[in-house]
Amino acid sequence: MSKRNFTDHALVQLTLMRMREFIREPEALFWSMIFPIALAAGLGIAFRNRPPEVLKIAAVTPRLAEALRQEKLLDVTQLPPELAEQFIRTGKVALVAEPAAEGSSNGGIVYRYDDTNPEGRQARMLADQAIQRASGRQDAVSGNDQIMREPGSRYIDFLIPGLIGMGIMGNSIWGPGFSIVDARRKKLLKRIVATPMPKHYYLLSFLVWRMILLPVDVGVPLGFGVLVFGIPLRGPFIALVATCVLATLAFSAGGLLIASRVRTIEAASGLMNLSMVPMWILSGVFFSSQRFPDLVQPAIKALPLTAVIDALRANMLQGSGFAQMAPQAAVLGAWLVVCFGLALRLFRWR
Amino acid sequence: MQASQTQAALRVRNLRKTYKDVVAVDGLDLEILSGECFGLLGPNGAGKTTTIEICEGLTEADSGEVDVLGLRWSSDAPALRQKLGIQLQETQLAEKLTVFETLRLFRSFFHQGPGAEDAIRMVQLEEKRDARVGALSGGQKQRLALACALVGDPELLFLDEPTTGLDPQARRQLWDLIEEFKAAGRTILLTTHYMDEAEQLCGRVAIMDHGKTIAQGTPRELIASIGVEHVVEFSAGNTAVDLSGIRAMAGVRDVRTENGSVLLQVTELHKAVPGLLDELTRQGVPLTELRTHSATLEDVFVHLTGRHLRDE
Repeated sequence: MSKRNFTDHALVQLTLMRMREFIREPEALFWSMIFPIALAAGLGIAFRNRPPEVLKIAAVTPRLAEALRQEKLLDVTQLPPELAEQFIRTGKVALVAEPAAEGSSNGGIVYRYDDTNPEGRQARMLADQAIQRASGRQDAVSGNDQIMREPGSRYIDFLIPGLIGMGIMGNSIWGPGFSIVDARRKKLLKRIVATPMPKHYYLLSFLVWRMILLPVDVGVPLGFGVLVFGIPLRGPFIALVATCVLATLAFSAGGLLIASRVRTIEAASGLMNLSMVPMWILSGVFFSSQRFPDLVQPAIKALPLTAVIDALRANMLQGSGFAQMAPQAAVLGAWLVVCFGLALRLFRWR
Repeated sequence: MQASQTQAALRVRNLRKTYKDVVAVDGLDLEILSGECFGLLGPNGAGKTTTIEICEGLTEADSGEVDVLGLRWSSDAPALRQKLGIQLQETQLAEKLTVFETLRLFRSFFHQGPGAEDAIRMVQLEEKRDARVGALSGGQKQRLALACALVGDPELLFLDEPTTGLDPQARRQLWDLIEEFKAAGRTILLTTHYMDEAEQLCGRVAIMDHGKTIAQGTPRELIASIGVEHVVEFSAGNTAVDLSGIRAMAGVRDVRTENGSVLLQVTELHKAVPGLLDELTRQGVPLTELRTHSATLEDVFVHLTGRHLRDE
């Protein structure tokens, strides 16, 4: 009777209950794992970086066509004049280059294009430059290009930390919140406190289970971003892990607070949406929170989701370590202490 | 009843509890002896659940004293929790866990007691060991709830309406289990609004109404207390019966009509029935139905309150 295994411990059994309830609910698996990947993939494709656009133009003589083909950003087709006329009218080419009419001096060239169309104006510049150079013009000043297209400044790099933060928030608030309200509604909470179980074990089991799931919650979108889009991990990885752990604790405390008294799933859903939707919008998941007016910036910075996302972006994209992420950690810590303290005061077991 | 065991397992004195404007428990006294199965019998809303939940330490009383196994909730809650087995009314256990997993979970909360497998055997759920709770029938769920109350090897077992909502066969099965616990010498407090359940299972019964006990004793004592041993029920179709003639018969205590039938409370059946037949023949009333039953706790409740247990 006195010999007890590790698995006989109440906290282990409670955590096993969390795990069983999770893996036996296929919808939960879908929303917490597959959905973030689908979202990241969709947005990543929609906002992928395209190669610089090549402009289609037409030339009516072989000599002109050859000169224009020196410019790599032009896709030159040689066409008879009537066809070239037809192509530019239908927008199939942005510009037609043709020799000036007989009688004009020094073999001039006519560019036909629509000057209200940016592509037309750009084609005019590129075409003229190519023709001038082919005719022997020397550049007065030499310019060298440095192309900025490296990982870390693309939309997907901005997006993945946002999705990770959003995922931690959603899972940490929904998971405990839902289970607790459901257990209260079914009077399972009341049944459980009628046993000698230490009450804090019950709440602790939610945190333990979230910690076990954290590598999946974070690893799925992060791994996807790194493997498919090559997003950078420039800062210390341990700081990223610590941020995620702190965020999970803070949001779980929020979930406990929301679930501390509510008796119906509907009321809980309402409260959860009320707390999460403003953060989805304000905290810069999909676009920078800097776009909101300066007046509200301090309030936005104080939101826990803003803190998580800012810290993750700083770590992954700018290589920040613990020292630079301290302000965000302080915000998260404050939310953790306040929410958990209130939840302990307000929590009702029945 | 074991006269030798006089130690009280549960003692309740002058208990009161009010919810907003409803007085749920109104100066209740109870004493339950170690080793007995005690029943709180009463209609819905009589205050049975409030009383048992105060004894279970789940609800706080407004005033009054509650001693459980010689301990108090205010000072000894953790020790008490280890010693009690509790089955609540209408608890839904986690549907996605299996029977075995549920019992392992509950067993992990207690220092000592039978293992999950033993608990499954005690309530005869061996075949459903690996079935999900959500897939169990009402009776099986109730037996699982009973097993959850047993995993701590409790000194005192609280059962709140253990058979409410079950079909007759499942009720019978649960009664057999409770009989076994009684035979094993466990102390049980159960609430019920079924008089046959209280009569069948309980050594002593307290009848509750409006937050008070209106009678207390063994079922036999309570039935004897109303001075009626049998109830005769007859109907005469649409023919009018002169009740005053029947009331005047020897050994008839009370006569009333109910749903077209006439009910007589009588002391001696062997004299009352021939007398009744003679009287009806004299009145020229044809008999369409005649039934008798021994007086029950239901009759006691009707006698004391003028209402039926299931009226409300």
